[in-house]
Amino acid sequence: MASFPLVSATGMLGSGFRTESLDKAISLGARMIGCDAGSTDPGPGPLATGTCMFSAAAVKRDTEIMMTRAMKAGIPLIIGSAGTSGSDAGLAWMVDILREIAREQDLHFKLAVIHSELSREVVRQHLRDGRTRALSPSGPLSDADIDASTHIVGMMGVEPIQQALTAGAQMIVAGRSSDTSIFAALPLLEGYSPAVVWHMAKILECGAAAVAVRTAPDCMMAVLHEDSFDVFPLREDYRCTPQSVASHTLYENADPFELKEPSGTLRTDKARYEAISERAVRVSGSQFVHDPEYTIKLEGVRQVGYSTILMGGVRDPYILAQIDDWLAQLDDNIKTRIRNTVGDLAYEIVTRVYGRDGVMGALEPQRRSVGGHEAFILWDVISESQELSRTIATSLSHLAVHNPIAKWHGLISGVAFPYSPPEIDRGPVYEFHLNHVLVPDSPTSLFRSEYEEL
Amino acid sequence: MTTLGDLAKLVRSKNAGPFWLTIDIMFDDAEAYRRARDAEIVNRAAIARLYNRDPADIIVVNHDVALAIKVSFPRPQSSGSKLDSDAYGGQQYAPLLGLEVPA
Repeated sequence: MASFPLVSATGMLGSGFRTESLDKAISLGARMIGCDAGSTDPGPGPLATGTCMFSAAAVKRDTEIMMTRAMKAGIPLIIGSAGTSGSDAGLAWMVDILREIAREQDLHFKLAVIHSELSREVVRQHLRDGRTRALSPSGPLSDADIDASTHIVGMMGVEPIQQALTAGAQMIVAGRSSDTSIFAALPLLEGYSPAVVWHMAKILECGAAAVAVRTAPDCMMAVLHEDSFDVFPLREDYRCTPQSVASHTLYENADPFELKEPSGTLRTDKARYEAISERAVRVSGSQFVHDPEYTIKLEGVRQVGYSTILMGGVRDPYILAQIDDWLAQLDDNIKTRIRNTVGDLAYEIVTRVYGRDGVMGALEPQRRSVGGHEAFILWDVISESQELSRTIATSLSHLAVHNPIAKWHGLISGVAFPYSPPEIDRGPVYEFHLNHVLVPDSPTSLFRSEYEEL
Repeated sequence: MTTLGDLAKLVRSKNAGPFWLTIDIMFDDAEAYRRARDAEIVNRAAIARLYNRDPADIIVVNHDVALAIKVSFPRPQSSGSKLDSDAYGGQQYAPLLGLEVPA
């Protein structure tokens, strides 16, 4: 039986890898290079603003090494979730970088660019047709959710990527893609078993993250067989162990034994992990269960307002001992002050007290009081305009400094501000608000591809 | 007294997408893992109490090959939203570290 070797350049495009590791993978016969470029980990910012979590310089360095190696070896290069979010802006940013590389390195090839950004109208149509489903813990999708969306992307499966491969694309830059689809598309097209392919893809998508001790991001290689795959790092000082590879199914998943893909679910509870050398592990025994419905996961963000923040510290033990009451009093005072100055406009002040429950908020079991000798307070004023948020924040800083306690008689100065002026405008702020899937007409119907000979 | 923090080689929390939080409690030898697993100290009731969550929303999984116990539950708010203080979800595991593991 034939085998299929492939390499993941790194867990996140722009986080880096060793050139010699990728060169070694090529010398071992890698038949494609894949790289995930996306994440929702940095929060809603990248999707909202179209900006990448890594710099252009970092992404260019990694991409240039992958492009030159892939073109020389004549193997496909597949990048998924371009520009962190996979939005059209993120995709365009990525394409600009690769064009510059192609020009500088005199590389000529067929490029496929696959869009994943969805218009509100497309999503609305699916809602009207009863083709949307909520994911836990969210409620059903509503028109209001769709109307409020700043940007929406659909997470593609393997099919749009396979379409581009079949069309002869040598480099594929995809918008939002499931991390695994990048690595699963070509092997599935070649006829390898879905259970083996999806499990391999899950391990490879994070690059060298599945080694026992990773000191820096690097490449990871897999070789597919008929009913198993082998996985190993390219760096000589890295090693995969059965435990390190099995552990990777834990990473960023709610359930390590059930990994959801657009077309079905990978079940790893019966998987076997066997060391075949000091550094390589053979994996077999997973199952892939096709779902009756093919679904595309949505990611969407909406703007919640404009933020102005205020940071300050408190060292006075008498204030610290009664910080909840002191903050409640400040809250009352600011409400009165804002009503008197700007009227009944809507706003919200989110107060985080570090030293009490600033890190964990509602999840903090030890919320009772400030434990140490000082506390850091972060006030976040959010309203419909930057001007209003700033107006409120300037009143807040003044009232906070002089917010009295019964112990002291006379005007106090109870907050240490590290910056002048203490108010910092943060611009528009966003939140993820879609936790839903669409049932598309076909696996490719939502994703538009463009081809170009460079 | 031995705590979960003493026994584990790594305890970490992460987002599992923007709406879920997941915590991995990992061990480097099978004996330590089995001791923690069989003590059943990481269970839905204990997590619900520590994190003030509904037990019905909590997933606890023992992964014997990975030598890991995994806990997942919905976030109180989506990652990076206005009420969230931990966009990556990386600092939400600390309350588990003090759980006592019987000998």
